[in-house]
This record gives sequence, C-alpha cells and structure tokens, in this order.
Amino acid sequence: MAREMLKGNVAIAEAAVRAGCEAYFGYPITPQTELLEYMSSRMVELGRVFLQAESEVAAINMVYGAACAGVQVMTSSSSPGISLMQEGLSYIAGSEVPCVIVDVMRGGPGLGNILPSQSDYFQVTKSAGHGDFHPIVLAPASVQEAIDFTMLAFELAQKYRHIVIIAADGQIGQMMEPAELPPMKDYPLPRPNWALTGANGREKNVITSLYLNADEEEAFNNRLQKKLALIRSVEQRSDEFATDDAELLVVGYGTAGRIAMSAVQLAREKGLKVGLFRPQTLYPFPEQRLSELAEQVDMCLVVEMNAGQMIEDVRLAVKDSIPVEFYGRMGGNIPMPDELLRVIERYYAYSAVLA
Amino acid sequence: MTIDIIPIEHMQVVYDRPEALACNHTHYCPGCTHSIAHRLVAEAIDELGLREQTILVAPVGCSVFAYNYFTVDGCEAAHGRAPAMATGIKRVSPDKTVITYQGDGDLASIGIAEIIHAAARGEKITTIFVNNAIYGMTGGQMAPTTLPNQKTTSSPSGRDIASTGAPLKISELLAQIDGAVYVVRRSLHDVKHIRQAKKAILTALKVQQAGLGFGLVELLSTCPTNWGMTPVDAMHWVETAMMPYFPLGDYKIADSVHKLG
Amino acid sequence: MAQGTIVIDQDRCKGCELCTTVCPQGVIAMDMMALNAKGYHPAVLQDPQHHCTGCAICAVICPDVCITVYREIPQPRKNKLEEVTSHGA
Repeated sequence: MAREMLKGNVAIAEAAVRAGCEAYFGYPITPQTELLEYMSSRMVELGRVFLQAESEVAAINMVYGAACAGVQVMTSSSSPGISLMQEGLSYIAGSEVPCVIVDVMRGGPGLGNILPSQSDYFQVTKSAGHGDFHPIVLAPASVQEAIDFTMLAFELAQKYRHIVIIAADGQIGQMMEPAELPPMKDYPLPRPNWALTGANGREKNVITSLYLNADEEEAFNNRLQKKLALIRSVEQRSDEFATDDAELLVVGYGTAGRIAMSAVQLAREKGLKVGLFRPQTLYPFPEQRLSELAEQVDMCLVVEMNAGQMIEDVRLAVKDSIPVEFYGRMGGNIPMPDELLRVIERYYAYSAVLA
Repeated sequence: MTIDIIPIEHMQVVYDRPEALACNHTHYCPGCTHSIAHRLVAEAIDELGLREQTILVAPVGCSVFAYNYFTVDGCEAAHGRAPAMATGIKRVSPDKTVITYQGDGDLASIGIAEIIHAAARGEKITTIFVNNAIYGMTGGQMAPTTLPNQKTTSSPSGRDIASTGAPLKISELLAQIDGAVYVVRRSLHDVKHIRQAKKAILTALKVQQAGLGFGLVELLSTCPTNWGMTPVDAMHWVETAMMPYFPLGDYKIADSVHKLG
Repeated sequence: MAQGTIVIDQDRCKGCELCTTVCPQGVIAMDMMALNAKGYHPAVLQDPQHHCTGCAICAVICPDVCITVYREIPQPRKNKLEEVTSHGA
C-alpha cells in the first residue's frame, strides 16, 4: 500500500472500515464531522450499516444494540457529544460488549469552541460514565498513528470485550499528511456465541447491566477490575526520544507530544540533555516505563493542551521522587515548538540548580 | 338427567402457558396487566413461530426484568433508549424480529425523542407500549400520561395541567409520522379487549415480518398498587377514567398493512 | 354443552381476584381459608356440579398464567346415512 495524503478524520474512518467495522452510528459535531460524512458513503458502498442518529444519546445506544448483536461497531463525536454518550458508555461497560469510540477533542467546557484541545483527558480515562470502569484509551499524535490505533482499537475491543476510545483532537482530525492505509481485513467476523442472534437451537442469551443482588453486582465488578488489572499489566504503550542521557524529561501525548518532540530536538541541538516520553495509551497509563525513566532524570515537564490533567497520572507514576512541572495551553491554542523550547530552557536551568 | 362425568384424563388442554413465556414467577404486583401484556406478546411470538429469532429490548421501569419472563434473546436498554438500541440491533440483524417493550415513563417521557425518530425512520421494529398513567417501579410518580387531577406521589394534590401540561396522546402523536405504518391503541381491562389487544399485537409482528415499517401497539393498563385500588377496581378505572382521555382505535393503518389481510 | 375443567397453580396465584369476576359459570372463588406460598388467598375451582365448560375466559384475564384449561375432546358426530346403513347391514 502506498502512502497518500489523508485527512485525519477520513483516515480514521477508512481504517475502521479496513479493520472490519460493520456498523457506524454517529451525529454531526465539529471537528469530527468529516468522519461521519465519509462513512455515510463508504459504509453504504460496501453494503455495511451507516445511520445518522437523532442525537449522540441515540447514537451510543444504537452502538450498544449493534454490539449486543455481536458486530464490530463504532461511533465518533467530539467533547460535548461524548458527554452525552456517558450514560450509554456506562451501560456498555456494565454489559461488557465491545465497541470503538472516536473522540476528536475540542475546546471546552460547555459549547467551548471547535479548536483542538486535550481537556477531556479525565472524561475519557477516568469518568467515561458512572461506575467503576475505564475504557482503553489510545492517543494518536499523527494521521499514521490514528490509522494504526484505529486498527488496534478494534482488536483490543474484541480481545477484552471492552470500550476503546481513540482520543484524538481537532488538529489530528482536521490536518492532512502522508500516511499508509493497511489492507482490508477479512469481513465480517462470525458473531460471538454470547451475542443476541435469536435463541435458535440454544438457550436464550440475555445481555444486561442490571444486578439487583449486591453480591452478584460485586462479583461482576470484581471480574471487571480483574480485567482492568490485566489490561494495565499488558497493554501499556508509549514512545520516547533521546531519553538515554536525559536530565529533563518532557512528557506529552497526542498533538502536545508531537510538538514537544520538535522542541526537544531544538533543545538537543543547543546541547541540552532533554528527552521526550509520549504516552500512546492514556489508559492503561504507561506508568511502568515512566517510573523507570523517572529514576534517570532530575525533573519531568508535562506539556498538555488543558489546565493539567495527565499530570496527575505522571505524579502517581513518579511518586514525588522528582519534581513534576507543568506547561499548558487552553482554549484551542496550540503551543509552538520555540515557545516550548523557552519553557524547557527555563526548567532545565532550574533543575540544574536543584541537582 | 344424569350426565357422565368426563375424567380430566379424557380432556384436552385448550389453554396453557405459551412457549415464549418463561415459567419463572414474575415480580409484578397482583392484578398488574403487564403480565397479561407479556402473555399476549408471547402467544403472538409462538403463533408466528418467531421465538427462535426474536430479540426483546426491555426498558427501565416495572418491566425492566421483561427479558427474564420470555424465552427469547433479550437485553436491557437505558431508560427511554430502547428504540435506539433496537435500531442498532435491527440494522445489523434485519432478518430478526426486534421488539421493544416500554412503559409510559420510558417511552413518553425520557424516551420521546428516540421513539419519534425510530418511527420517523420507519424502523422495522415493533413497540409494545404499556400506558398505565404512572411511574410504577419508582413508586407512583406522575407520568406524561397521568390524567388531569390524578393524584400521584409527585402530583399529591392531583395533576395540575396549568403547570405540568396535559397527558400526551402517544398513538395520536406517532400516527402523524409517515414511517409509522401501524399505530393502534387497545386496552387490557377486560377479556373482550384483551382478545382485541392480542390481535393487534399479532398484526404488529406481521407488519415487522413483512418489513413494512414501524409498528406500535399502545395498551391501556392498570397499576393497582400505585393507583391505590384493588385489581378489579383498577380494571374498571381504565374504562371509566382512562378510555375517555385515551380513546381506543386504529390511529394509523397504512395501505400496505391493509394488504397484509 | 361441552364439559371442561381448570387447574389453578395455587402457589403462582397472587390473589388478584380477576378470574372470579369473569367466570360465566361462577365456579371460581377465593379460598379464604388457605394461604399460598406467597401469602395470598389463592383462587380455587368450586364446581361440584361440573358447570365448567372449559371456555378459558378465566385464563385470558389471569395475569400470572396460573390457570390451565381442559375441555372434553369432541366425539366426531356420526352422520345420519352412516348410522342407518351400519344398522341395516
């Protein structure tokens, strides 16, 4: 397959099609709508299911239904829409049926704006709905990663019968850059035996998140927590750059991580021993690798496009062994490389004083 | 004249539990017509031979455990979202029979958008809408279908139309929507009407089998416990109080449905 | 009139009394002397004269499917010609 110029939203949509996505239900919301538009022709062209719902509330419940019927299913939205989907996500988590959700994050809170942001970190990793559950969250920093993580999302959703959220942002969704699409996977997958396909020659299947009995509900929750522990132990993913001799470690994901990479390269050119750690899974947060790196460096500088959310997970991973500093931009402003370079230089000097 | 008594062994069973109705005891209150509605749906499923390809979407409300009372595949929708969930199921399983079973709080209040849009899309699903003019499971609050001046735990001095609006007439409302090809209101308050309701449910399932569009059967029902009446009086109240406000009838029968015969 | 009878699942009955209000023969009553497993007075068939015709009206209104209805198996009526010829032969 050759590389081609692809828009993030379109690349994610086509990757989902190639991953074997059988049904897509969505609702228009900037900055993700091109994904829905692309699906409206591509899915129909392939004889698969596409439906624009009357709201994100309806869309997520259509996803829930299709997932219960045993097909690979997906929706996409942006921050305010994801807020509307939280009830549905909680029901889906409470029934352990697989699905893929794309959140192309935008400025918030409230109507906010349509510019890129990372202010939904907590929402997607920690409070995607009521109850003790966490979706798996993948954070692409490029159109290529958006494609690769979409393929991965469908695998992980099936593997763990879990919700997988692709946490992109308006930048990744809207920009175009060369990327390569994988070949089409075999389609459709046979429907699993737990699915609602009609009690034909078998006992009936029931899929519910209702456990009136406390012991049964607790047993279910224990099962869920055990699965999350397994996910935390085997599915942590991250990328890093120039960390071998780094004294200052910049930590950033998605667009913020990508721009921080340029700043770190600029700093290296100026002889500063700076490295980059870029989480690719936001849940499970890559604490194993980060805690190892924390032993080699003197300071962490967390860069985000919000008021500071992932920084809490960084602190948990680093356990106060070293200072963890923060630089963030909000409202849809994206930090520029030279802007980050000045911040890096300031903290680099400060950490030298501390050391 | 003496008649020879026929021992039971020489008699045939003429009325028994339908196969699609599970035999566990229901949690419904004595005299609650949800149970009758369940039995009619199960009988219709059996008669059309649909048991092994039916998927039931249960709501949140008194019938939240509906999937325990049928021997068909079932799932639990979030409150009011059954039509959306059923849409998701039907779109990826067009050959299956998908039924939503919903109460008036679930369908007419929190789920009004979902039911209207399922109808507007002509979703090929069947909705059994149980209207008992109250929120039963949560202990008797006012519902969109609560009658004017009807006392409930959240309209203690009687429903005040000036502040809470008038009861929603769902069948009349949905009948305006093109995608809805079969919308009727029946009642469960006596044997004659139960038999009519059974016929309507059968027709609604045939409409789905033929893929003609969205079908809904509204069933006026009782809630003895929260109405504070005996089951017998509650049946009577449906006739004297509810039916004048919710007239029975066929509110939409598209030509395509007539042709079904 | 055909003969019939019913069997009421005593422990499934919730004592709602609906069946007693519809039986055309008036042969179903509430057993006020008994309590079933749920603590209700169950409905009971009181039909010493065998008036029950197995019409199933009680079962149609019973919310909890407590009632199984039985009815006499109708004997095929011999038609006149067959009767005459069988005697004559």
